[in-house]
Amino acid sequence: MRPHEHIIEKPILTRPPCYHCGEECKDDIIHSDEHAFCCEGCSMVYDILKENDLCSYYSIDGPQGISPDKSYFQGKFDYLDLPEVASKLLEFTDGKLSSINWLIPKIHCSSCIWLLEQLHRFNPAIRSSVVNFPEKKVRITFDSQQIKLSELAVLITKIGYEPYLSLNDVEGTQSQKWNRTRLYKIGIAGFAFGNIMLLSFPEYFHLGESSSDQNLRTLFSIINFILSLPVFFYCAADFFKSAWSALKGKYLNIDAPIALALLCVFLTSIYQIVSKTGPGYFDSLTGAVFFMLIGRYFQDKTYAGISFDRDYKSYFPVAVTTIKDEKETRVPITELKSGDKMLVRNQELIPADAVLLSSRALIDYSFVSGESEPVERQKGDTIYAGGKQTGLSVELEVLRQVSQSYLTQLWNNDTFTKEKENQNQTLAARINRYFSSVILIIASLTFLFWFFILNQHETAFRAFTTSLLVACPCALLLSSTFTNGNLLSLFGKHRFYPKNADAIERLSHIDTIVFDKTGTITQTNEAEIEFIGNKLSEDELVIVKTLARQSSHPLSRMLVKKLENIIGSGRMLMHFEETGGAGIKAFWGKTEVKLGSSKWVENANPSEKTSNASYIYVSFDKKIRGYFTLKSKYRPELARTVDMLKKEGFHTYLLSGDKQTDRPILSPIFGKDTNLLFEQSPEEKLRFIENLQKNEGRNVLMIGDGLNDAGALRQSDVGLAVSDDINNFSPACDALVEGIQLEKLPAFINLAKSGQSIIKISFTISLIYNVLGLSLAVTGKLSPVFAAILMPVSSITIVLFTTIATNISAQKWMKR
Amino acid sequence: MGALYVLILVSLFVALGFLSTFIWSVWKGHFDDDCTPAMRILLDDGIITNKPVKKNS
Repeated sequence: MRPHEHIIEKPILTRPPCYHCGEECKDDIIHSDEHAFCCEGCSMVYDILKENDLCSYYSIDGPQGISPDKSYFQGKFDYLDLPEVASKLLEFTDGKLSSINWLIPKIHCSSCIWLLEQLHRFNPAIRSSVVNFPEKKVRITFDSQQIKLSELAVLITKIGYEPYLSLNDVEGTQSQKWNRTRLYKIGIAGFAFGNIMLLSFPEYFHLGESSSDQNLRTLFSIINFILSLPVFFYCAADFFKSAWSALKGKYLNIDAPIALALLCVFLTSIYQIVSKTGPGYFDSLTGAVFFMLIGRYFQDKTYAGISFDRDYKSYFPVAVTTIKDEKETRVPITELKSGDKMLVRNQELIPADAVLLSSRALIDYSFVSGESEPVERQKGDTIYAGGKQTGLSVELEVLRQVSQSYLTQLWNNDTFTKEKENQNQTLAARINRYFSSVILIIASLTFLFWFFILNQHETAFRAFTTSLLVACPCALLLSSTFTNGNLLSLFGKHRFYPKNADAIERLSHIDTIVFDKTGTITQTNEAEIEFIGNKLSEDELVIVKTLARQSSHPLSRMLVKKLENIIGSGRMLMHFEETGGAGIKAFWGKTEVKLGSSKWVENANPSEKTSNASYIYVSFDKKIRGYFTLKSKYRPELARTVDMLKKEGFHTYLLSGDKQTDRPILSPIFGKDTNLLFEQSPEEKLRFIENLQKNEGRNVLMIGDGLNDAGALRQSDVGLAVSDDINNFSPACDALVEGIQLEKLPAFINLAKSGQSIIKISFTISLIYNVLGLSLAVTGKLSPVFAAILMPVSSITIVLFTTIATNISAQKWMKR
Repeated sequence: MGALYVLILVSLFVALGFLSTFIWSVWKGHFDDDCTPAMRILLDDGIITNKPVKKNS
């Protein structure tokens, strides 16, 4: 039977698009001011904009507006006025002028930029507002004596742009993503490099040999020396710092040989100038620093608007409503104490472990456990933090503080404290270590040979410095930084965002792939729905939809979404009643309509029940008409992707927090039944990955989406978070991928592997350069000038080669 | 040859001028966001009426 067959029996009607949000008006159309609106919210925003004469909003990109979030309620942002909260949120304040930088995930088009930058026209107390589109942030400067922070939040929420405020803003560590100092350093190094090159040209071409030019020559040397000072002490400082901290930890990192080479070159150059034996190697020194800084800049380039280090704090709200002496107040959740009474509204997150005081609650734990269906809790039950209430507001009594709740315990696991990136382990670092030791030995031997055996002191120094210089590991370093930097941007084009270069390298070593189910291989909020039973007429479908619309239960919502071609009625339903965990009922005229579980609609003998779906029974006047089955919908390309991965020799597993229901569908895809594990707690998922790594020596790629996977994502070699909207919220991970791009996973892994070969090839190229240069250098034949030219040439070859090679292999893999 | 000394110093100062312009622009935040200004320039300021005209529909 094909899905939808019984549901949709009517051709799709054309309905006017909403003037504000551009979506097709599905239900009752609100006509106002000669425009059609799909809902109250949209028409309200329009009224506000019109009142402030901002209707040119609609002429920029057409109807691109955002319907305001229905979860807004009076006093939602009151906590923003508490001094301890405000002081942490404000970027700057002098008591009068304040500025705040708010994340607004809903920014999506140029109309948004325009409107958010016109905020001063709503209220003159707002001095300016500047949008940063890629980061989806708006920086608002306002007069804090005339407008309160909460009023500001309410204002932008009312026009549809609710700021995203989480506990992380108040408590967490703010990571400075954009670092301007890197640009300063590149600028200064480039400036010094260019000028020193120009001033070194006479030296390259053996000009100025005559005695009359000697003064000029001294001047050039001195200027070169002065220009190199900021490069050595400022631009290259990071290399020295990182090398020093590695040495203190008693290991050699990738920066150690660089720091040593820079130091040697700098000191020899000074010696040469002071002793008037040569012009020094300032051009090579600054050139090397300049190229390396550029390489690092590309490699460390972060994707604006994407955060990889989220923990539970980024999901938790800043404040919760508490009830004290019959009065509702919003308090920061960090101040919740055990015994406090809190009020949690529909779709709000329960921030602390608590005991339910209301008679019933329906808690959606999908966020924590991956379980897709909400569970019912009775009065007196303990409810763990992280669940979302669905339905009516409930009262709860706090058991433990937020920081000690069950959910936050997961973050106390060792896995979260250790660093995954062990610099020592990367390919470049490994090769570099051997390489630099060999070079050091060769250089010292050469020096000793010339100095003591041939007794030519001058040549000894020259051979020593030139061999260090030509063998400078920069070319080696450049090959990995530029390859990975390029790969990062190529992956980014395909909506796959690795966190950094190390993540790409680890991805290339993967041999085992573990999938999470809910949200990862199933599509969130999408389900296949069929109706089984007596066909419902269109009028009856209207009733069903109207009734289902009243409920916020996920199943009702899915049903409403699937019935999008039916126009719901605005007619009031009488005696609407919702019983958590059971169903909903209401009177349509005189007809009693019930939707819900089979028990709820008084179905005496539930028909053959296969357990891999959810059911909604429908009855009119106690007569059962049939039932809807809702099956979670798998990403259509899943089977092919898993098949391809298996063919390429990867082990595939499925780890789900959900019930066994879908085992029959999934086991043919994953092959062996033993590779499917259900009802796994977050802790068990973590242990499973750990077990694969330790006992079987596997390199594991974990693909997940929710907080319930956070531990496993962290434990795995590469944690890949799947998100249907990349700018929304995902747990801490090593890489992010957009849901529809998941099918390209085999291509991504192959491209990462190609990247590693490219690095190896360019290593070989630079080794050839080095061997050539070295063999000349140890014999003392290589003139410093030739060494100085050879170095930038080899660097440029490497940069060109890696850029071209990565682009070619990206085309090769991504085209398929 | 004396002219060379002057020329080199002058050219260095010109280069320094460019460097300081670059540093100034980074410091002013010109490179913080390389996307939004490109979009912003295409937007009209809208019909600027200094005092919002209140209309009742």
